Amino acid sequence: MNYLLRHPDLVARLSLEHLGLVATALCIALVIAVPAGIVVSRYRALTTPVYGVLGIIYTIPSLALFALLIPLLGLGFWTAVIALAAYAQMILVRNTAAALSGVNAATVEAARGMGMSPAQILWLVQRPLAMPVFIAGVRLATVSLIGIATIAAWINAGGLGSLVLDGIEHDYPDKAVAGAVAAVILAFAADYALRRLERVYSLTGRGART
Amino acid sequence: MAAPPAVSFEHVVKEYESGKRVVDDVSFDVAGGAFVVLLGPSGCGKTTLLKTVNRLIEPTSGTILVNGADARSLEPTTLRRGIGYVIQQIGLFPHMRVADNVAVVPSLLGWPKDRIAKRVEQMLELVRLPAAQFGERFPAALSGGQQQRVGLARALAADPAILLMDEPFGALDAIERTRLQGELAALHQQLRKTVLFVTHDVDEALRLADAIVVMRTGRVVQYGRPREILARPADSFVAELVNAGDLVRLFSLMKVREVPLVADDRLEGSDARSDVPAIDQNSDLRTALSLMLQAGAFHLNVIDESLRRLGALTLENMLTAAHAAGVEAST
Repeated sequence: MNYLLRHPDLVARLSLEHLGLVATALCIALVIAVPAGIVVSRYRALTTPVYGVLGIIYTIPSLALFALLIPLLGLGFWTAVIALAAYAQMILVRNTAAALSGVNAATVEAARGMGMSPAQILWLVQRPLAMPVFIAGVRLATVSLIGIATIAAWINAGGLGSLVLDGIEHDYPDKAVAGAVAAVILAFAADYALRRLERVYSLTGRGART
Repeated sequence: MAAPPAVSFEHVVKEYESGKRVVDDVSFDVAGGAFVVLLGPSGCGKTTLLKTVNRLIEPTSGTILVNGADARSLEPTTLRRGIGYVIQQIGLFPHMRVADNVAVVPSLLGWPKDRIAKRVEQMLELVRLPAAQFGERFPAALSGGQQQRVGLARALAADPAILLMDEPFGALDAIERTRLQGELAALHQQLRKTVLFVTHDVDEALRLADAIVVMRTGRVVQYGRPREILARPADSFVAELVNAGDLVRLFSLMKVREVPLVADDRLEGSDARSDVPAIDQNSDLRTALSLMLQAGAFHLNVIDESLRRLGALTLENMLTAAHAAGVEAST
C-alpha cells in the first residue's frame, strides 16, 4: 500500500490511462454489438452461429489473444483496444438481444397495431423498455474489461497493468499490489455508477414514479 | 348508392405452415356504425380474424375490404393509424405517461403539438379521466379499469372510423368489467364508430352487440342479432354456448314496450290498479321479472316517461312475446 500513498500522481495518471483504454474499447464494442444484438433479436436463426463465434473469442485466454494480435497489429494502445472490444462482444451482443427480446410481446404488438414502423417501435418502445437490461450488460462488460485491461500493459498499452508488470519484473510487490488495488477500486466505482444509471432507467421504465 | 360496409370479409382463410386452418373461409359484412362481437371459445379463430383487419396477421387467401378498399392496397402502417386498436391493459406503454400514451397515433400522423394536446385532453375527458389529474401519471399508477379507459382514449385519439377491441375487459374484475361495458355502450351510442369486439364472454356479447358472429374452429357458425342467436341458435353448439333455453337471458334483451299490454278489465282476480309495482316501459323484461318475483305480483303496472299508466304486464304476455321474438328473429 505504501507505493500507492507515495505516488498518488502516477497512480491517478495510470488510472485515467486505464479508463481511457477501457472506454475506447467499449465505445468501439458498442458500435458493433448494438446493431448485432438488434439483428440477433429479430432473426432467431442467427443466435447459435453468432453466439458460437463470440463464445470462442471469449474463451481465448486474454494473454494469448494479445499475442495473436501482435503479428497483425504490432504493440500498443490500439492493439489492446481491439482485443478488449472483441472480448466485450459476447456480453454486449447477448445482453442487447436479451434486453430487446425481454420487452413484453403484447406491448410491441400494441405498437404495431397502432401503426408504428419497425424503426419507430425500436426507438419509441423497445429502446426505453430494454434500457435497464442493456445497461446491466454494459456494466458487466465494463467491469470485466477493467480487469482484462491490466494485461494490456504487457503489449505496451499502458494503464494500471504497467504497475503490476513493473512490480513483478523488479521484484517490488508493493508496486504490483498498488496497481491491482487501483484496478479493483476502478472496477467497483464503474460498477456502482452504472448500477445507479440502471436504476434510473428501470424506475421510469416501470412507471412507478408519478 | 348505399355506403359500402365498414369491413367486409370475403372468403378469408388463415392457414399455418403446420396445415392448421385457424380461420376457414369466413365471409361476412360489418355495417358502418355497428357494434359487432366475435364470440367463441378460445382457439376458435376470432382473435386471428380480428387481426387480419389491421394486417397484424395476413390471411393466407381471401380479401378484407376496409371502407370498401382492399386492406392490402394500403401500407400497413397507414392502414393501422386509421383503425383504433384496444387489447388487454398490458397494451399501454409503461414508460410513457398517460397523456403521451393517448398522443401516440396523432403524433405518428404528424399533428401539430397544440392540436394533439387539445385532443388528448378531450379524449381523457371522454373516458372520465381528467387530464389535469391523470395526464402526467404512468400507467402503473392506475387501476386496471383506469388503464383500460386510457387504452380506449388512445384508440379513439385520431378519430378512426373503425375500432378493433380484443378482449379488452378480460383482465378486469366483475364490477369494473360491468361498469366499463356500460360506458363503452354509451360511448358507442354517442360516437357511432364501427366496433369489432372479440370476447368469449356470452353475457358481454349479448350486452354490447348489435350483431354477434359466433365462431367455432375457424368457421362462422351463426351471424345475427343477439336475440336471434338466443332464440334461434343455428345448431347445438351455439345453443349450448349461449345457453339458448335461458329465458332470463332473452328477457334481458327485450324491452317492456315490445310486449302487448293487457287492458285492466281483462285481468283476472284482484284489482289491477292497487298495490302492484309500476315499471317504466323502457326497462327490460329481466328487470320486470325480478320486480314481479320481489313483490309476489303476477302483473306489473306499466308507465311511460311522464308516469302515465299504459296497462298491465303479465308473465304470460312476456312469455308469448319472448316466443314471438324468437320466431320473428328467424324470419
